[in-house]
Amino acid sequence: MAQRDHTPHPSAPADAPGTAGSTAAGRGTGGATKTRKGKGGKNNRGDAPALGPLGMLRWIWTQLTSMPTALFLLLLLAVAAVPGSIFPQRRVNPEMVNQYFVDNPDSAPWLDRFQLFDVYSSAWFSAIYILLFISLVGCIIPRIKKHAKALRTPPPRTPARLNRLPQYTRLEFAASAGQLPGGDEVIATAHKILKRRGYRAEARGSGAGASVAAERGYTREIGNLTFHISLVGVLLSMALGGAFGYGGQRVIVEGETFVNSLVSYDSFSPGTYFDAKNLEPYSVTLDKFDILFDRESETHFGQPLDFTAHVTTRRSPDAEPEKEELKVNHPLRINGADVYLVGNGYAPVVTVRDGNGDVAFSGPVVSVPQDSVYTSLMVAKVPDAKPEQLGFQGFLLPTAMLDENGFGISGDPNAINPQLHLNSYAGDLGVDDGVPQNVYVLDTEKMTELNSRSQDAGGIILEAGQTYELPDNAGSITFEDLKRYIAVDINADPGKLPIAIFAGLALVGLAVSLFTPRRRVWVKLTDEGGQRGVEFALLARGEDPRLENEARELRRIFEKTWPVADEPDSDEQELGEDRGH
Amino acid sequence: MGTNSALEPINETLGVYSQLFMLLSAMVYAVAFIFYALDLVQSNKTIAELDAAALQSDQKSLVTAGAPGGKPRRTKNARADLMGEHVVNDKMTYTASSAKRGMARIAVVLTWLGVLMHGFAVVSRALAANRVPWGNMYEFLTTGAFVVAAVYVVALLLKDLRFMGTFIIGLVTLMLCAATIGFPTPVGHLVPALQSPWIVIHVSIAVLASALFSISFAMNVLQLLQHSRMNRLAEGKNDRLPFMRLVPGAGALENFAYRINTIAFVMWTFTVMAGAIWAEAAWGRYWGWDPKEVWSFVIWVVYAGYLHARATGGWTGPRSAWLSIIGYGCVIFNFTVVNIYFNGLHSYAGI
Repeated sequence: MAQRDHTPHPSAPADAPGTAGSTAAGRGTGGATKTRKGKGGKNNRGDAPALGPLGMLRWIWTQLTSMPTALFLLLLLAVAAVPGSIFPQRRVNPEMVNQYFVDNPDSAPWLDRFQLFDVYSSAWFSAIYILLFISLVGCIIPRIKKHAKALRTPPPRTPARLNRLPQYTRLEFAASAGQLPGGDEVIATAHKILKRRGYRAEARGSGAGASVAAERGYTREIGNLTFHISLVGVLLSMALGGAFGYGGQRVIVEGETFVNSLVSYDSFSPGTYFDAKNLEPYSVTLDKFDILFDRESETHFGQPLDFTAHVTTRRSPDAEPEKEELKVNHPLRINGADVYLVGNGYAPVVTVRDGNGDVAFSGPVVSVPQDSVYTSLMVAKVPDAKPEQLGFQGFLLPTAMLDENGFGISGDPNAINPQLHLNSYAGDLGVDDGVPQNVYVLDTEKMTELNSRSQDAGGIILEAGQTYELPDNAGSITFEDLKRYIAVDINADPGKLPIAIFAGLALVGLAVSLFTPRRRVWVKLTDEGGQRGVEFALLARGEDPRLENEARELRRIFEKTWPVADEPDSDEQELGEDRGH
Repeated sequence: MGTNSALEPINETLGVYSQLFMLLSAMVYAVAFIFYALDLVQSNKTIAELDAAALQSDQKSLVTAGAPGGKPRRTKNARADLMGEHVVNDKMTYTASSAKRGMARIAVVLTWLGVLMHGFAVVSRALAANRVPWGNMYEFLTTGAFVVAAVYVVALLLKDLRFMGTFIIGLVTLMLCAATIGFPTPVGHLVPALQSPWIVIHVSIAVLASALFSISFAMNVLQLLQHSRMNRLAEGKNDRLPFMRLVPGAGALENFAYRINTIAFVMWTFTVMAGAIWAEAAWGRYWGWDPKEVWSFVIWVVYAGYLHARATGGWTGPRSAWLSIIGYGCVIFNFTVVNIYFNGLHSYAGI
């Protein structure tokens, strides 16, 4: 952020340009700065209680909106953000938080008590940024008023002794020059020159003491204020998005259609003021999902190069179907909601017949890839099987091969020789007692193992199209087909557009506030013993490393405009060089 | 690109040449580093010679470095003696004596040679892969090092920043060694998540901002050293860091570092914003407190604190310099520890 301070400079010559000291006044009222400044020791706060309740409040307000407090809160915010990168965060990765509880049963509850798994919504993090933004608002409002006034105020009066200012130059008119311009004419010309260079200039007086006062760079403060207001805008827009937006996840297998309604989501998290009536009834059908793997490079063989989901969308129930492509970095943007491709895998299509010979399940089973060759964990629960429920768990190997120990492994991410390697179980799946279960985990506690390496029947190995008869006439399983699926995130965030606008404004405001020099110039007629000339001086307000260049440029222009003597008496650059500290 | 259209093939031969030139440029930089160091080590001798020469040539001596006469001159001359102002001045411009630092001149020539070879290595890597050369840790390091070196040599054309040579070229050499030894990655395609025009914008500006932060960091460290050295000298103690006579005054370093930091801060702000736009398209949210995002935010806030400190009474000088140094520590942390050890969406280190 830019310096917030622009307490008017006493036009004292001690203010050297471009030095740190020149901007070092507190923001807000100067008194607050002084109270906080002496943090080290000689700080006298004993007078605070004598202020009374209202005075006390005012004192707190002054403290809160002072620059050192803002600085302190900023640094505190930086420190407070760090734990969120060290501990897993529920909003980002809830499974990792659960795992952390399993791995550190002693410390995790304590960390949780201090909200270290929810850092960015924690009371302490919120307290810091809310205080920071209150401090910010308390600072910018008076500054807006002040700058609005400054914009209507003419440039400040011309100092009596210009030669005490940091950038001072005196030019004498050549006595030999035939026609010297009159004093008023010189002032008028200087006025015009300064105006052309972007200064707000005002000619003052006439005759011997006439001068021009000029100031430029009012946009510096406007940029500064724009930046800080935009930050408030970004924060409010984020709150807006959080309140009215929603986010959800869904897995779509090839051939399936997602219709945007609450029941279609695998998981859904609405904003505080979200209304399900606002869900647009669009639909997305996954026709085909393609992955391109690197087959040329020896060093990166098998690395995915491209994921493309070919989808058919209908923006409303009676709209024409449209063929579209959904890719990483290319979300589908439909009616204010955005559909992102965030994951993919294989979904083997299986048919399970139960002990009675009836089809108890038939359809795709979503498997979870575990590595870069898509060795995928799969769990199939068949609660409708009779007389006993059936369960299967094991792996899908897209390109099944045997390793040196005779174990089945996958040799390639593409489905060249897909095999299912499964164990089977019969008994109670535990899905009927109302407790929500993870669909990717099979609870075998109340089940009997039918097939596995340790059983006489061995494990089930199925190639596409094959059927396996379970032992004890418990049923059968058929590996019908292999499809791919995609995992999509669907988000609607009405805060996005305002955030983008405010962020853009903030960036422009920041650049303007840091790189627009604000400076004052005074030009004055001189007449020493009949030797006429002009003198001018520049004063920086805030950081201005190029003030000296501006002085040189003005001198060049003036020398071109008027007949100036060759050896002007100039103190240029002399005072400006010494450091403020 | 369409479904089946493969990406442009990789030119592996050119990739090997690129890696070779990375190594060669690292060697050249290493030698340049030695010469920069020699320049500092010999500073006593160099400065003594230059002092003598300056005294002899009366016209161009210390006295005319300022204007003749006047009271302020005297203090200035005392300072000039202390600083060796004819060796290096607070505007960091080249002076008449600049040419007489032989070791430093050799070092600059070697730096240019290194930059040219390094530039060839980076460009050939890009050509070999048909994409921007910043898609994994090896490339972040090699391209990042190139940007640091390139910014430095360009700055050398305008200002006499040779006093920073050991730090800058040391850093560049270290980055190239880390890339070659720690993260050797043959040239390859980008993973789908990185296939976006934003990689050109977001990463390049991030690298450029980091390069600028590196330079201002070096200046702030030197500022602190110079500051404490000046305090010692003012107390009449002996000069423990005589090579600091080759370095400008603390105030000049502070102001120059500030100017660089303002530019770098605007760039970093842009980096974070561009990153948010890209994250929105790639991951479905513009901000998600991924470890990389957390640390980018921390960096932004610390440097924001630095800019505010410069406008706060009692926080200028060494205090704000410390903030800049802490900020740079966060930049380094974000680039190394977060990239390598933290598990997040930005895990493109290729490890």
